[in-house]
Amino acid sequence: MDFGFIFSSAASELFSPTTAAYALAALGLAVHFGYSGLLNFGQAGFMAVGAYGFAISTLTFGVPFFVGLVIAVICSAIFAMLLGIPTLRLRADYLAIVTIAAAEIVRYIVTTNQLTAVTGSANGLAAFEGGFYAMNPFPAGSYMGMNNRDFFIRIVGWGLVIICCTLVWLLMRSPWGRVLKGIREDENAVRSLGKNVYAYKMQALIIGGVLGALAGMIFTLPRGAVQPANYGTELTFFLYTCLLLGGLGTVLGPVIGAMIFWVVLSLTQGILYGLIESGAVTWLNTVQAGQLRYILVGVALMLLMIFRPQGVFGNKKELAFA
Amino acid sequence: MIGAVFASVVAILLVVAPASQATSPSPTPSPSITTFQNNISGFLRDDARAPIADVTITARSGDFEGTATSAANGSWSIGVPVQGTYEIELDESTLPEGIKLAEGQDNPRSVTFSQTSNLSVIFAFGEGIVVQQQDFGQNLLNRLVAGLSFGLLLALASVGLSLIFGTTGLTNFAHGEMVTLGAVLVFAFNAIGLPFWLALILSLLGGGLFGYVQDAGLWKPLRRRGTGLVPMMIVSIGLALAVRYVIQFYFGGATQQLPFAQSAEIQLGPVSISPNNLWSLIISAVVIALIGIVLLKTRLGKATRAVADNPALAAASGIDVDSVIRIVWVTGGMLASLGGILWAYYRPGVTFDMGSQILLLIFAGVTLGGLGTVFGALIGSIIVGIFVELTTVFGLAADLKYVGALFIMIVVLLFRPQGILGRRERVG
Repeated sequence: MDFGFIFSSAASELFSPTTAAYALAALGLAVHFGYSGLLNFGQAGFMAVGAYGFAISTLTFGVPFFVGLVIAVICSAIFAMLLGIPTLRLRADYLAIVTIAAAEIVRYIVTTNQLTAVTGSANGLAAFEGGFYAMNPFPAGSYMGMNNRDFFIRIVGWGLVIICCTLVWLLMRSPWGRVLKGIREDENAVRSLGKNVYAYKMQALIIGGVLGALAGMIFTLPRGAVQPANYGTELTFFLYTCLLLGGLGTVLGPVIGAMIFWVVLSLTQGILYGLIESGAVTWLNTVQAGQLRYILVGVALMLLMIFRPQGVFGNKKELAFA
Repeated sequence: MIGAVFASVVAILLVVAPASQATSPSPTPSPSITTFQNNISGFLRDDARAPIADVTITARSGDFEGTATSAANGSWSIGVPVQGTYEIELDESTLPEGIKLAEGQDNPRSVTFSQTSNLSVIFAFGEGIVVQQQDFGQNLLNRLVAGLSFGLLLALASVGLSLIFGTTGLTNFAHGEMVTLGAVLVFAFNAIGLPFWLALILSLLGGGLFGYVQDAGLWKPLRRRGTGLVPMMIVSIGLALAVRYVIQFYFGGATQQLPFAQSAEIQLGPVSISPNNLWSLIISAVVIALIGIVLLKTRLGKATRAVADNPALAAASGIDVDSVIRIVWVTGGMLASLGGILWAYYRPGVTFDMGSQILLLIFAGVTLGGLGTVFGALIGSIIVGIFVELTTVFGLAADLKYVGALFIMIVVLLFRPQGILGRRERVG
């Protein structure tokens, strides 16, 4: 077994664009669930809205990159409002069911053959990233072992993560953030102080949703393709695992959580494949090894929630629930 | 104690493992079935229902092309990489002499996947078969009956979910996996050579056992710890992920068929329905009626309703709340198992994610009827089932039929958040 290769590929996951996308989306969930107590199970839907909003506006309407970006952000804000209007007055589990249903509706709509001309149905869309890479300031060459495109997307992705983390951090220590945490702790107490709880929740839902949309874009750009199968309910559940790993009510928690998630997935894959190839493990094939990792994700999610709900960095006092 | 759950889940599935692996390469006419999860398949039979062998069929989409030759029993299957629209062509020069495609049978024709990973294509042969052009009314009636059948099987699962929610407050996202388990167990027990009826009984028992083990090993300790409802919901998601992939680990990604899955439609008065759907309708209606009688007429049912209404008060008046909850879990597991078996015949086919495919429809039914109300779950599920089937009659594409049901659920929450039979104070 080549441990050097296994560890280097696990280390490369630390700063991969997919990890950045997961970190951003989990940060959005932290705004929803960690800070406001909103149980959003449809973050995959927000990511899909972002990715498809950008890809469709680029391909179908031929708009420049930044216009596509703005369209994607606006679409996700509208999506958040549509979800929030019926559910933000209801109990947490209603929001959970409606958001997961809405995310699936989005996925069914972009999968349907009726809209193949616009969404590419199950095959998805491709070749929309030209405008992004045309802005690449790095000339061709090798940067820390990567080509200039890979380097550029990493710089942009992690730059965005840093900017968003700073923004969320500033927001949460502002008076606005304190009201939000107050809503999480006791909605009625905040309402009795004369705050419009509904409006605050809606704003939090929109901010977290926009972070999800940005994550959707960072997720698709390096792949150069957006496919509906990537945006199933599992994606949301993986994001919750990242969030719980790092810590719910923290800014850096989701980022660290996403890094741990991908490094551990990569390590287990490398080690399992290595064991299978070397013949040490015969009761498993490589397909099953992939599934075994997701079994571990599910078990990890359960154990985290049961034994350490505040995550690695969280503070137990900051939990959205007793 | 929580580890006990995983151990037992794994243990249950370990029993299943050798069975499903031994039979995975079931009659596969084309080797491509093992490499792709989606397949297009069918049976070629002539006028006299005799199988037609050695006929070449090709599927094309973009630059993908797959070919299959029909086997001795007439079956053919082409594995395809993605669900989408394919052009299917039957090579008429490979047909045996004297057999021709029936009139009005398009060849080549364009076919489209709906939500399942298996797409059946029927080619009719000979002169005897007239391709029926159904009129709108006929179609509506057929879909209505099919929808009722689908709604009742959804109701089996959602009554269990609703009972569990009512007595423990848990929104169980792992209920879809309980549905899958029922169908997978029937397939596995049947595959190791047990008779069909025994496989059915064992599968129902397995479902009940899974419910019992879940409650005893996981949910009861969590309730003892005083874990909140939201954390429990997230734990159930973790459990759903773990169990789904454990099932896939042993069962694989392919679609398998239960015995007697293929059946011709029969005419019952003005309605044409497949015998499987008819059986499914009868069985679920009878079982639900039994559940209703138990809930309304027996002491146990009264105790269950009391616990659902107010657990603390029920405990104070001498009801053993824990044993009621245990019975609810076992019943819920068995009902989900039965629902899963019927769902495997309705789709048709068994896959590792078949339960999570209808989980949201089950939720939609429960929410429509009112969270925590058993009869609400029944009514809500029937509405969802009929709605899903009827949307295709009124022109919605087949691959969007679940969207309508989910959309209706969101709209109902907007105007009547407590659902049809729910009470206001539960909404919160």
